[in-house]
Amino acid sequence: MDGSTAMGGWCTSIVLSVDISLECEYSLDMEQLALFDASPRWTVTTLTRYLRQLLEEDASLQDVSVQGELSNLSRPASGHIYFTLKDAGAALRCVMWRSDAARLRVTLKDGLAVFVHGNISIYEAGGQYQLYVDTISPLGEGALYQEFLRLKALLEAEGLFDPARKRSIPDFPRRIGIVTSPSGAALRDMLNTLRRRLPLLEVILAPTPVQGLEAPPAIVAALRTLNQVTTPDVILLARGGGSIEDLWAFNDERVVRAIVECTSPVITGVGHETDFTLADFAADLRAPTPTAAAELATSITVLDLKATLVQYAGYMVDRLNSIIQQKQESGSRLNDRLRLASPLRRLQTERQRLDELSRRWNAALVQRLAILAEKFNGLKNRLLALSPLEVLRRGYAVITKDQKVVKYVSQVKDKDAIRLRVQDGEFTARVTDNG
Amino acid sequence: MPKTETKSIEKLTYEEAYVELEEIVSTLESGEKPLEEALALFERGQLLTRRCVELLDKAELKVRKLSGEELEPFQEGE
Repeated sequence: MDGSTAMGGWCTSIVLSVDISLECEYSLDMEQLALFDASPRWTVTTLTRYLRQLLEEDASLQDVSVQGELSNLSRPASGHIYFTLKDAGAALRCVMWRSDAARLRVTLKDGLAVFVHGNISIYEAGGQYQLYVDTISPLGEGALYQEFLRLKALLEAEGLFDPARKRSIPDFPRRIGIVTSPSGAALRDMLNTLRRRLPLLEVILAPTPVQGLEAPPAIVAALRTLNQVTTPDVILLARGGGSIEDLWAFNDERVVRAIVECTSPVITGVGHETDFTLADFAADLRAPTPTAAAELATSITVLDLKATLVQYAGYMVDRLNSIIQQKQESGSRLNDRLRLASPLRRLQTERQRLDELSRRWNAALVQRLAILAEKFNGLKNRLLALSPLEVLRRGYAVITKDQKVVKYVSQVKDKDAIRLRVQDGEFTARVTDNG
Repeated sequence: MPKTETKSIEKLTYEEAYVELEEIVSTLESGEKPLEEALALFERGQLLTRRCVELLDKAELKVRKLSGEELEPFQEGE
């Protein structure tokens, strides 16, 4: 304002000096008249613009961090946010443009104590100076974060976050304990996930508030009772997303210690992916969300169990087949080939029993046994074909001379006596036309 | 033979049926069983498999809540 004052003062003093030198006794009237007559140097617009430029040229007003309490919060359809920042002695008009408002992490409400950052300027049409805000953060955040770091270092030094201390999560739990709010979306998400993945489960809920001053002792009590009364295979400690203050109970030292004291392994699912609490560090496993916690607690699902059952069923069929095959092989070793009919019948009887079983219980087995039966029949036919009796039955004869089988013309001479074996007996004959 | 052999299939829980099934599978695996015995195990194994699948198909998540140190039914959405 210094320049403006100096310039205005200079003009006025010229006029006054003239007035005073001419008619001193009317100086007061003349002064008023002179001011009135002087052609106005400012319009409202130029003056306001001038003031605005002054403010904007002041670097310290273009990088303003100020704390106060939100009031008169208004968020019209334009998406811009208007509010007044107050403290005990003054009020400051503030505006936050839509583009900055979109990046806002906190939910604003009247009465909230905040840090804001921005630049001071003047809204010319309204004649108001105001703070053009680019960021807003809750006032507590900085202090809370310092407390978080302090406690984390302390508990870490005590070994509470030691990976060696952590219990392993069972693959196939039967009973799962849940510590969370009975009315939250987190519980609904977890139950739906567990129901979908492993409906055999028994779930025991230990209801507790999960935010506010009463939350930490209530969470501690819920963990203890759940652990002592029902000894679940695994405990899920969870809460849906919220602000850092909402999640603060999970940074409470008492909660951290209660997690460590549990005999059941604990999986935490607090807030969102990006939220890390001290409870997460103390837990045996940290899940990014409640739903993910329920998933990590059920690494084996009902689909896996069914796949194993199918595998077992197939395996039992295979084993039975191979046992039958072993019998078949030892049978063929032990018995004379010509009298294989008997063990074959026995195996066929057993095959029939198997057929009955499979008809009753397993369509797949029918097919396997049909293949098996074909193997039996094939073997039987091969064995029968090898039998000399079968050959004789088709009209062939076996010729022997001196107990040796005659296979070549050169083995016999004219007048030799030979034995012929046909299917029903033997007789002697004489060669009449050789050599 | 496992002790549960005598228990009626329809009364077995999933865990009981599954444990016995695993025993049968490993008995069959361990080898030289007489055919009669292998068949009996196989038949029992088939029944146990069916029982397990049936229990999986009709399983419903059982939810209770702690009230003090007592367990009571929990109605979702309560």
